[in-house]
Amino acid sequence: MAGKIATRAAFGKALVELAEKYPELVVLDADLAKATQSKDFAAAYPDRFYDCGIAESNMVGIAAGMATAGLKPFACTFAIFAAGRAYEQVRNSVGYPHLNVKIVGSHGGISVGEDGATHQCTEDLALMRQIPGMTVVNPCDGNEMRLAVEALLNQNGPAYLRLIRPVTDVFTDELPGYRFELGKGVTVADGSDVTIAATGMMVGMARKARELLAADGISARVLDIHTIKPLDEDLILNAAFETGAIVTSEEASVLGGLGGAVAELISSKCPVPVIRHGVEDTFGRSGTANAVLEYFGLTPENLADKCREAVRLKQG
Amino acid sequence: MEKLYGKDLALKAWQARLLAVEAIHLASSGHPGGSLSCADALAALYFNEMRIDPANPNWPDRDRFVLSKGHCAPALYAILALRGYFPAASLRQLRSIQSHLSGHPDMKHIPGVDMSTGSLGQGLSTAVGMALAAKQTGRDYRTYAILGDGEIEEGQIWEAVMAAAKWKLGNLCAFVDLNGLQIDGKTSDVMPTDPVDQKFEAFNWHVIRIDGHDFDQILAALAEARNTADRPTAILMTTVKGKGVSYMENNAGWHGKAPNAEEYAIAKAELEAKIKELEEN
Repeated sequence: MAGKIATRAAFGKALVELAEKYPELVVLDADLAKATQSKDFAAAYPDRFYDCGIAESNMVGIAAGMATAGLKPFACTFAIFAAGRAYEQVRNSVGYPHLNVKIVGSHGGISVGEDGATHQCTEDLALMRQIPGMTVVNPCDGNEMRLAVEALLNQNGPAYLRLIRPVTDVFTDELPGYRFELGKGVTVADGSDVTIAATGMMVGMARKARELLAADGISARVLDIHTIKPLDEDLILNAAFETGAIVTSEEASVLGGLGGAVAELISSKCPVPVIRHGVEDTFGRSGTANAVLEYFGLTPENLADKCREAVRLKQG
Repeated sequence: MEKLYGKDLALKAWQARLLAVEAIHLASSGHPGGSLSCADALAALYFNEMRIDPANPNWPDRDRFVLSKGHCAPALYAILALRGYFPAASLRQLRSIQSHLSGHPDMKHIPGVDMSTGSLGQGLSTAVGMALAAKQTGRDYRTYAILGDGEIEEGQIWEAVMAAAKWKLGNLCAFVDLNGLQIDGKTSDVMPTDPVDQKFEAFNWHVIRIDGHDFDQILAALAEARNTADRPTAILMTTVKGKGVSYMENNAGWHGKAPNAEEYAIAKAELEAKIKELEEN
């Protein structure tokens, strides 16, 4: 694959590619098919696509009803509306009855860019992981996204899948030994001084941060935590034990998402310094994706600084 | 089971009322008012209208039912028990930590419950999904729902109403239980929803107005809904909140309050008298 693609585009292509193999797959959207890229599926399989209009709460309920009858609905909208507006519908109509509905939140995080704070969802990972039995997946590139979509088609139960707007590098297809399994993190690069547990687009930035740190003689391990729930506890605990310091990195609030999940785990089972890199407790703002990411400190340079800090903390 | 009509159907409804009120009394909590107002519609659905098999509650071709006003679970549980989904004795454990008969319907643990509900406004959307799934999978089952008249203050209801019309869901039929009361008082004071009929009509639903305690009218409306293939049907049923228990009738105070021992004794005597009257005639 290599090259560049937005995870939302990879998602749209994956739906089309998998439609024949999974006849129970149906796709719902809420007037954002062009943005979430479910439009490809809509064009190819119009009799399996349901545009619910600008009514996300209802869309989630419809998907729940469909799932009770054996269909495998993917309900797509922006992350802010999927995890935010429809939170309680996801909780009560999908999560509580543990229905086989995949909630797809596109335009997650701040890299939405120009649309600004109202559309920049930094809370989705934290909100969705609160729901008992919910699987929460945040793929790091287009290759991983395609594999995640098929894995979710084979997983029976509720799940949240995050997509992002900007185009990013595809690299997991060239990682030696890479394989995708829900709930299992991936060691992207080994290291011994500090571990970066990253998710989504921050995995790519973590690889760059690792290079910056190498220049300083710091050896950083990079983990791709595509599944935030259930968390790959063994992989993270091993990393904590072996490298002695963890930096989590996510394009989401530092409160309650991957950083929260890792801190909860590490503090009770293998206490070592944990620094959470992400969007501080604040709303986003308009700007190009890159400008916004830089403004909020989501850069390889800033991530590398967090790692240096973690190494200092570890050394006391 | 043969379909029940008239007095036989009424008997089931009144037996369900007694079971529901007893369960709420024993639980010391629950919602008697709305349970009593929708008991007749539930009896008509489960003992006449719906294609179901209590021995096979997950039968893919069964008709579906969603209690969108999920707090009226005691009435649904009572009807399900009378229909043979589980023993009526289990109703005595309503809302108990030892029981699966939770305060609001739980599809994962209660045979016969097709959807978990309780958060008002959400059930109709799931019923739309079930009806769409029937079309998608080529099955001819029908989907029914009961909404509360307070519940239709939720915006999501109207999102679902719009969607059901968009997809011309002739296989969907929703009752609205117009008992006129909600927790804080009269629906017309809390948040007026009239004219409900014109609202549904404007959203391209087929609308039928009935007395929700008249079985002939309920069954005729259900037949009319079945014969309306090109659009969903709303059966707007005028009912009495607390129907059958004199001191509960038309009293918002009995929306979510359990009768104490003395009150239950009165309710039991009144409901048993009605049941006896039906059994003897």
